[in-house]
Parts: sequence; C-alpha cells; structure tokens
Amino acid sequence: MSDGVIARVEHVSHRYGKTVALDDVSIDFPARRMVGVIGPDGVGKSALLALIAGVREIQTGHVTVFGGDMADKAHREKHGARIAYMPQGLGRNLYPTLSVFENIDFHGRLFGQGEAERRRRIDELLKATGLDPFEDRPAGKLSGGMKQKLSLCCALIHDPDLLILDEPTTGVDPLSRGQFWDLINTIRGRRPQMSVIVATAYMDEAERFDWLAAMDDGKVIASGPISEILGKTGQTSLEAAFIALLPEAKRAQHQEVIVRPRPASDSAVPAIEAEGLTRRFGDFTAVDHVSFRIERGEIFGFLGSNGCGKSTTMKMLTGLLPATEGWAKLFGKPMGSNDMETRRNVGYMSQAFSLYTELTVRQNLELHAKLYHLPSDEIEGRIAELLERFDLRDVVDSRPDSLPLGIKQRLQLAVAVLHRPAMLILDEPTSGVDPIARDAFWRTLIDLSRDDGVTIFLSTHFMNEAERCDRISLMHAGKVLAVGTPEELVRERGSSSLEDTFVDYLAEAAGIDREAKPEAPDPNAAMPAPEPIRPPRRFDPKRLWAYSRRETMELLRDPIRLAFAFLGPLVLMIAFGFGISFDVENLRFSALDQDNTPESRQLIEAFSGSRYFDERAPIRTAEELDQRLGSGELQLAIEIPPGFGRDLQSGRKPEVAVWLDGAMPFRAETTKGYVTGLAAQYAKEWLAQNSTGTSAASLVNVETRFRYNQAFKSVNAMVPSVIMLMLILIPAIMSAIAVVREKETGSIANFQSTPITKFEFLFGKQLPYIAIAMISFVLLVLLAIILFGVPIKGSIAMLVLGTLLYVIATTGFGQLISTFTRTQVSAVFATAILSIIPAVNFSGLLVPVASLSGGARMIGLGFPTAWYQPVSVGAFTKGLGFDDLSFNLVMLAGFAVLFLLVSRLLLRKQEL
Amino acid sequence: MSPERTSTEPARQGPTGLRLHLANIYQLVIKELRSIRADPVMLILVVYAFSIAVYTVATGASTEAKNLTVGIVDEDRSDLSRQIRNALNPPLFKSAVTISARDIDEEMDHGRLVFVLEIPPSFQADLLSGRRASVQLNVDATAMTQAGNGSVYIQSIIAQEVTNFLAGRETVTSAPINVVIRSKFNPNLNSAWFTSVMQVINNVTLLTVILTGAALIREREQGTVEHLLVMPVVPAEIMLAKIIANGLVILVAAGLSLAVVVQWWLQVPIAGSLTLFLAGAALYAFTVAALGIMLGTLATSMGQFGLLAIPILVIMQLLSGSSTPMESMPVWLQYVMQIISPTPHFVAFSQAVLYRGAGLSVVWLQLVALVVIGSVYFTYALSRFRRVIFGD
Repeated sequence: MSDGVIARVEHVSHRYGKTVALDDVSIDFPARRMVGVIGPDGVGKSALLALIAGVREIQTGHVTVFGGDMADKAHREKHGARIAYMPQGLGRNLYPTLSVFENIDFHGRLFGQGEAERRRRIDELLKATGLDPFEDRPAGKLSGGMKQKLSLCCALIHDPDLLILDEPTTGVDPLSRGQFWDLINTIRGRRPQMSVIVATAYMDEAERFDWLAAMDDGKVIASGPISEILGKTGQTSLEAAFIALLPEAKRAQHQEVIVRPRPASDSAVPAIEAEGLTRRFGDFTAVDHVSFRIERGEIFGFLGSNGCGKSTTMKMLTGLLPATEGWAKLFGKPMGSNDMETRRNVGYMSQAFSLYTELTVRQNLELHAKLYHLPSDEIEGRIAELLERFDLRDVVDSRPDSLPLGIKQRLQLAVAVLHRPAMLILDEPTSGVDPIARDAFWRTLIDLSRDDGVTIFLSTHFMNEAERCDRISLMHAGKVLAVGTPEELVRERGSSSLEDTFVDYLAEAAGIDREAKPEAPDPNAAMPAPEPIRPPRRFDPKRLWAYSRRETMELLRDPIRLAFAFLGPLVLMIAFGFGISFDVENLRFSALDQDNTPESRQLIEAFSGSRYFDERAPIRTAEELDQRLGSGELQLAIEIPPGFGRDLQSGRKPEVAVWLDGAMPFRAETTKGYVTGLAAQYAKEWLAQNSTGTSAASLVNVETRFRYNQAFKSVNAMVPSVIMLMLILIPAIMSAIAVVREKETGSIANFQSTPITKFEFLFGKQLPYIAIAMISFVLLVLLAIILFGVPIKGSIAMLVLGTLLYVIATTGFGQLISTFTRTQVSAVFATAILSIIPAVNFSGLLVPVASLSGGARMIGLGFPTAWYQPVSVGAFTKGLGFDDLSFNLVMLAGFAVLFLLVSRLLLRKQEL
Repeated sequence: MSPERTSTEPARQGPTGLRLHLANIYQLVIKELRSIRADPVMLILVVYAFSIAVYTVATGASTEAKNLTVGIVDEDRSDLSRQIRNALNPPLFKSAVTISARDIDEEMDHGRLVFVLEIPPSFQADLLSGRRASVQLNVDATAMTQAGNGSVYIQSIIAQEVTNFLAGRETVTSAPINVVIRSKFNPNLNSAWFTSVMQVINNVTLLTVILTGAALIREREQGTVEHLLVMPVVPAEIMLAKIIANGLVILVAAGLSLAVVVQWWLQVPIAGSLTLFLAGAALYAFTVAALGIMLGTLATSMGQFGLLAIPILVIMQLLSGSSTPMESMPVWLQYVMQIISPTPHFVAFSQAVLYRGAGLSVVWLQLVALVVIGSVYFTYALSRFRRVIFGD
C-alpha cells in the first residue's frame, strides 16, 4: 500500500437484511488529511465508517487500514487502539450520570494510561475544548454542543492516528460547531500524522475539508480534493456541486426553494401569544420571561445555542410542560394541558425521535391518522400523499430503528403535518436531514404557510433555513436576545451574514471573545514524542477495573436502584420468614352425626379437641355436606353412620367416612395424616377402656426423630432457602440490565472500538454486582440470626465461599441473558421467567431435589440454585462444612465459569 | 382553504364523547398489540411460560407425598423387617435402600435420603413374644413439605405390616373402627391438578405485571409517551389501552394454557365453568395490569422497574395460598395480603370454580374484592401518571 493511503476499501458491499447499504464500494482514503464523506441520508456513510473503524463485521470485500486487513482479528487487536471512533447521535458514547472528567478518565483507563498521564491529557483536552469549567458536571446535563466536544475528548485521549467521526455536529448550534472544527484543526496542527474521516450532512462544513468522497445510493459517486470536485462539476458551491453529481432522476426532484411573500393576515387574533413565559426546574431557570406574538400563517424561527430553552418553550406551548410563570395563548385561547381541540390544531415534532420503533412507518402513520380521527375514507389517500411528499415509499414497511437519522426525521415531519393542523411546532425538524430532503421539506412548509395559512413555529441550527423565516428570534440562556426579520437583524448588527450576526449575538451573551482564536500551541514546543505503538496486552487488569469502576459509579449515582437492591431481599426475607409455613392448622371441620350416641360424640370430640381442627356448626343432611365442602366453608367433614355406637360395642367394626377438600392436595395430604393419627389414638383409647386385648399396632412404637430442626419449625428450613432465592433473583435482575443497557444507549460502541477484551468487559461489569450480592448476603445472614434466631451451625467459611461462587454464577446468568437480548424489557422479562421457575420449584425450596424426577430433576440440577440450596441449608441447620459439600462448591464454580464462557461466546465485539 | 376552516375542520369530524374515548382506546389497543408482536423474544417467553413451564412444574414438583427417599438400617434381618422394607414402595416411595448405620449421617447430610428407618435386632422376636418393640425413624426436618406427612405414612405402614404379620394371634385385636378417608374434588390428591392451575395463575400475575409495566417504561424511556400526550388523547385512554391489550394477550394465553396444557395434556378435570373462570381471570388481569402500570410510574428505568417488580411478584405468588395454605400464615399477615394483593382472592376464586365447581353465588365476594383492589391501583396509577409525565 502506498504511504499516502490510510484506509483502502475494495469491493465492499454491506446489507442490513434486505436493504443494501453499500454496493461494491472501492475507494482509497488519503492519510494525514481531513476527509469528508458527504451524501444524503441512508446512502451508507455510517456503514462505511463503521467498517473502517472495525466495529462492524465485513460482509464482502476488503478493508485495509494501517496496511492490514480489518477482517483479521489479530490485526484489529494490534492496531485497533490507533483508531478512535465517534458514533452518530448526540453523546452516544457518553455515560450521562458520570461527570465530564469521569467520562474522559474512563476512556483513558481503557487504554491503560496511568494516573498522572490521564490527568495531564485530560487537563490538556478540557482546556482546548473549553470544557474545563464544567469538569464536574454530569454528561447528561450538558448541552448538545458540549456533549459532542466531550465525545471528541474521549476519542482523542489516546492520541489516535485515525479519527473517525460520524456526523459529529448534527444538532449542534453554529457557535459550538465552529468551535468544534477549530478544535479539530488545532489538534491536527499539533499531531499532523493524524488522519480524520468525517461523515456530515452540512455542506458548509464539508467546504472546510481537504478531500471529499460523495456518496449516493450505496456508491461513491465522486472523490478527490474539493477543488477537483468543484472543477469537475463547474459549480462554485459544494451544495450545488453535489446536486450536479446526482443521477439525472434525483437531480430532477430538486428545485430551488423560493419564499413567496405572505398574504396579509385578516385575523386580529395572533396564532401564538406568549407573555412572560417562565419555566424553572429547581434552581435552574430554563426559560426566563419570554414574550412573543406570532401571526397566523407566519413562519417563525427560533435560533439559539444548545440548551438555551428553545425546546422547553415549545413544550410549554404544546401543554407538555406547565409554565412556572406567565401565560401563552394559542389562537386566542389559553393553553391548557387537557384542551383537546387545541391539540387537534397543533402538529408537534420533538427534538428526539419519539415515534414507535416497534411499529412500521405505515403503522405509525396510520396510528396517528386514526387518533386524530381523520375520516376513514381519507386516511389511505393522505398517507399515500405523505409517503410521496416525504419520500418514504421505499421504507414504508420498515421499522424506524433500522432507518438512518434523516429518514426518521422525515417520518416525524410527516406525522406532524398528517392531520393538517393549523399550527406546526417543530423542534429542530431538519437536524440530520440531507440538503435535498431539507429543501423539499421547506417547499412543503412554504406551501402550508402561504396557501393554507398554517402558522409554523420552528427551531433550527441551519442559517439558510433561518433566512427563509418571516421572522426569527435569537435565544440564549433562557432569554430572548433579539426578534425581527432576518434582514433587520443583520442590518442592526452591521454584519455580513445571518450566521455572523447570530454567532456575534451569542458570543456577546456568553462573554466569548470571538477574535481570540483558541491558543494555537507552538508547533515547536515540547510535545511529548509520539509514543511507540504498544500493542495492547491480551489481558489487562486496568481495563477490567475501568469497567468495574464505571459500573460501580453508575450504580452509586442511582440510589433508588441501590436501595431496591438491598431492601428488596430483606423485605422478602421478613415476609417469607413469617409467611411461608407448611404447618397446617385451624382446619375447618364439621360432622354429620347420624348416630348421635355417646360413642359418636366421643369421636367428634377427639377432633374438636385437637389444635389442628376448628369445629363449625354441625351438618344436618348429606346434601349440606356436599354444599358446604363445595363452597370451601369446610375443609373436612366426618360422616358417622346410623348405628355407629351399637356396631362399635358389638365389635362389628363400623365404618366412618371422612371427606377432605382435595382442592389443595398438600393441605389434604397433611389433613389425612392428622385424621389417621387421631383415628389410631381413638381406637387405642377405646380398646384400653373396653377390651382386654391389645392392638397389634400398639405393640410397635415408632420413635420419630426430627433431625436438624428438632422443633420442626418451618422457619429453620425456610430462612436458608430464602437466602438461596434472594441471591439469584436480585443479582440476576441487576446484572441482566448491564450489557443490554449499553446496547440500547449506544455506549456499547466504547466496547467495540477500544482494546478492551470480551472477558474484561463482562467480568469487569460483573464485579460490582457480585459485591452488592455479597453485602446483601451479609445483611440476610444478620437478619436470619437476629430476627429469626436461625444460627449458622456449620462452617461459616464454607458458607461464605459457597455464596461467593453462587453469586458469581447468578450474576453471570443475568449477564448471559443480557448478551443475547436486545432490549432491557426482554432482558428483565427473560431473567424473571427463566430464573423464578427453577429457583422456586426445582431447587429444593418446596420439594427435595432427590424426590424430583424426569425433566424437573434435569432442570433443577442444570441450574445453580439446586446446588446452593444444600450449601445454605447445610451450613445453617445441618452443621456441615467443606468435607461434606465440596462437590457442591465445585459445581457452583463450574456454573460461574460456564455462564461467563457462554456470555463471552455470545457477545460480539463487532456488529453484524 | 382559509385558516379558519383548517382550524375547526378536524374538530368537527370524528366521534365525540364516550364514543370518542372508545375509538381512541381501540386504536391504542391495536398499537399495543402491534408492539407486543414486534418483540419475538417476549412472545417466545410467554409461550414457554404457559406451556412447557406449566407442564414441568406440574409434573415435576409435586408437594404430594411421592417419590419419598427412604433408607433402612436393618439390624433384625427378619421376615417382618423385609416385609416392611417391601411395603415402602413406589409411587409413594422411591424403592427403599438398605444402608448401614454408619452411613446415616452422610446420606441425610447430603439430602440424598429424607427418611431413615432403623429396625433394631430381635424386632420380630420381641413382637412375636408379645413384647413392645421400637423402631427409630430419622427425618430430615428441613424438607418441610415431606417430613410431616411422610413420617405419618411410614408410621401407618409399619403399623399395617405389623398387624398383618401378627394377624390371627389371639392376644391381638384389630382396630375397632374403620376410618375411610376420601378426598373430594381430587380423589387421588394428585398435586399436578393443583400445581398446574396455580402455575397458570402465577404466570398471569408475573407476565401481566412485567408486560404492562415495561410497556409504560419503554414509552417513557423512548419519549413516545410525550408524543401521545400532544395528541388528542387523555392519560386514562393510554393506560386503559395498555391494560386491555396486555391483559388480553395474557388472558388468551392463559385460556389456551388451561384448555390445552392443563385439560388435555395433563388430563386435569375441570369441575366448574371455564367461562366463569375466564371472566374472573379477566378481572384479575385488569387488576394486575393496573398494578404493573402503577409500578411503571414509580420506577424511572427498566433497571429500577425490575428490582421493584421482582420482590413484589414473588411475595404475591408465595403468600397467596397458591404455594402454601393461606391458613398457615399468621392471621395478621393473611389480612394484610388480602387487602394489598388481589392474588389471594383470585387463588381462592380459582380453586372454588375449577375444582369445587362453585358458581357465582359462592365466589361473588372474591370478584368484588378484585374490582375494588384493581380500582384503587388504577386510580393511584392515574394520579401518578399525570404527575410523572407532566410535572417533575
């Protein structure tokens, strides 16, 4: 490979299911350059970047990075650490509860950096990005622009040689965007050997790059230095050049956006009127006395830095958030959260995707059409029209989660306008949407405004969009800085362009000196010499610890989860200790005495005198016996035949029928035992009084010795078993969330794009849950001893070791489920179902495992619970130690290892 | 088109009042059903829980005295001791194993044997000469479901065998009365009849709560509930739709499970009206679905929800009378459970209807209890729902 090529892609095709993302792409990316990949949504930009970064598995073709094959695991392991990858989406690789410092620190640890090195690098990066005042702020509380800067810091912590950024500035305001690119340039100035590959939908940004690859429909349609691309198409702007490069059919779709003048509104009532609108969250004032009037049919643009209160204002207008102070009127009516008519008149689109990912595009549209009660004969036509207008026909049966950001936005727009509302409130509707689709969307907006008089209130970060608005408002830190037509604002400020005006306002409000460029470091200054590439170690306890530490911090920041984790088992133990009892008492019985002699009454007294039975009103007829047993009022009925006393006296052995309620077999079985015992006792006493002979049965005496639990109290057996139950349910549920949550939030990308191994990742995340389970174990043992008076008779050391092995196994089981499920919901669901049934039924809790047969026995023995139950019961009540239960300990260790190995096998370091 | 027309047109169309609410709920139910269908892992788990799991639990874990493990230390080696050993036979016992006195501790410590019977030397000779004789029965009292009943059985078997052995000798009289014990509703006290139905009930509780609660948490986490709330629908419609859709899925699964797995596969006879049972089950599903929503409003993430729901579900299951008898619990705890949890009422209802063939006149009180508890859950969930979504 020639020296000037950082990444070579040869004949690469990639498909997701039926969708072709990349179609036989071959391209060489030059090294040490800033390379842009541009193109509309869903043309395969992200797929291409992910393949180069090695976080996706190559299907066909070859990708060569750093002169090695990215399909080769050894090459990836050796050189993967030289690549940094920042996935699409705001702050997707960040942990929201961790602070700015902790997020970067975590990444530093993943690359095995020592404490001093991390501190130095983090300070440098924070200073360069201007994040240094916010070192302790949780990432979740940062604005979009700050999140992206933080993501970049995380990516740059290890001085990568190849930086891959997937739409890093989508949804970021122009001021922050400018700062972001300045930052990258500064870093490139310092480390010229670094190559950067960026995907972007902003053409104005792409103009800053050295070299471009334009993509369309899974293919690269042009590549080369910018000047070359402009020259080839004979255009002056990149946007125009790109459109010129598109195939004829697509080019035909594109038309200039022409803003027509707005007809004068004939209504005196403004569409939206807000006065002193204020919203506070605790001490923080998100929106601070905002007032404005928007006329009917007006297109009103809301501009401002990320986190300045635009979204909060919009939410207040839609009734989603109540205002702390001030008021707003829509069409002259005060906005109430339950005003259905106003809701029908408003179409709202939130900033984050908020449609159903589990419904297809068509189903989403249908649902909204029906909830807005469009006449049923119009629905189909309306949906067809929208599919056409927003170019969604090809994806009509896909689910949104498989679609690129831009297409999802188009779907949200289609939904917002579906019911032809008189007002649209759109929160950054075009973030992440490509220029052609954006223009098409704007033509729609203009038609709606000019032809149908629809009022449009939108926020945007695109200056060319702001220029198309009738009026715009600039917002910063909850306050409106300026309102007016774009021309007025530019004129007032004496700027050259709207972007300049905007950045100027914001910089002034934020106290930033625009002239002072970020201090360019002296290129000759003592820069630490690029360290020789150390191939990452196969196993590095530091990386494992990085994940453990981070997981622990996240747990500690969620006190509710932590409290549940400790309190749940204790509450359960108390409930079970008192509640679960196999002692059957107070059985409701009555007799149908058809004899009514002293003998028959004596028999009934034998029952009523027993503490197990509780006598009810006598039964009079056979039908009544059936009826009272049937209603559940009686659990036992004795039927004494006529002539019982006479037959007894004459030795004719009368027959007494005893009816049991067999609805609950366990209770009936126990009752049967009681009845047998009472009958024998009665017979013995009767014989002693009335006969000279001895009964054979009375000759033999069975001495029953209840071992381990002389008092035969349920609590002695239940408490150790409940510990078994608690130490699987809670730890497994907690760890089941561990991996799948990272899949859902996107931070799994950190695992995929850093040198951490599967084992380090899994075991590192497991450690905190093991610790929690062990603390929980100590609490449970204390409760057992103090509250229930169940002491540990056997070896404590054996119990502790057995428990440790057991909780490694149970947390491992949770993680195993976590590796193959896709959502947290199904992970919790699967863990609950798969663990409760064997733990309750086949572990020895209810029935000794030795008495189980067939499938039940297999399930029991195939799960750690049945092996731990004897350890817990043995140590508590049977007084056993290591010698007795060594095999159980070995089996528990086996499960611990097995679950970890299977998880390791199922976990994918690369996406498919 | 003028702006005025645009703004009023949609309002004039479409139904109003109750019909409007019903139409909205109907649409949202369809949406919920589609969401459920979209998660195959979840559906497979539901099918597993209602089929294979019911079958294995019913056939595998029997609380009836069955397959008891018994060992004999036979120091007499007589005809009588052999007769006793042979009488300890399946299905009540796993065939008795003969062990030596030394091994008793080892076998019982490991839980391989729950009962060990020690027959002393000259046991038979003593009895034949009319002297009293003792045998010792060691019972592992940590096996709570078997220890009590099993020792009664073993005692009566020994008495029976001794009586047979000594029959006809003049010094001995047989028992003066003959007690015939019959079990109604389940003549052989087959525990599969009980466990299978209880397992179906436990599944209804577990799955409904998790499905509904998760459905709400998912909407909150993905922000879709925000979107629903800007549309012309009210929170009660959103909640009812979730309750109806998830309840419906579970109800159909439970009905099928009862008909196919319980009645046909396990051959459990159902005494009462299946329709009445399903009507009660529908009420129960509504109640626990409301509970699921309530828990979904209390937790803010799936992680919290799992940790909150599992202890509650396990308590509801184990303290409902479906695992151990309700009467065995302390009276105060019985009252507490009957007030806060709908499960004891539904378990009592199911036992009455399915086994004892009880009609509405017997079980109406339990149905009322379900409705009351369900309404309280629902009302509380609704108030939380508004607070959680709108306020902070």
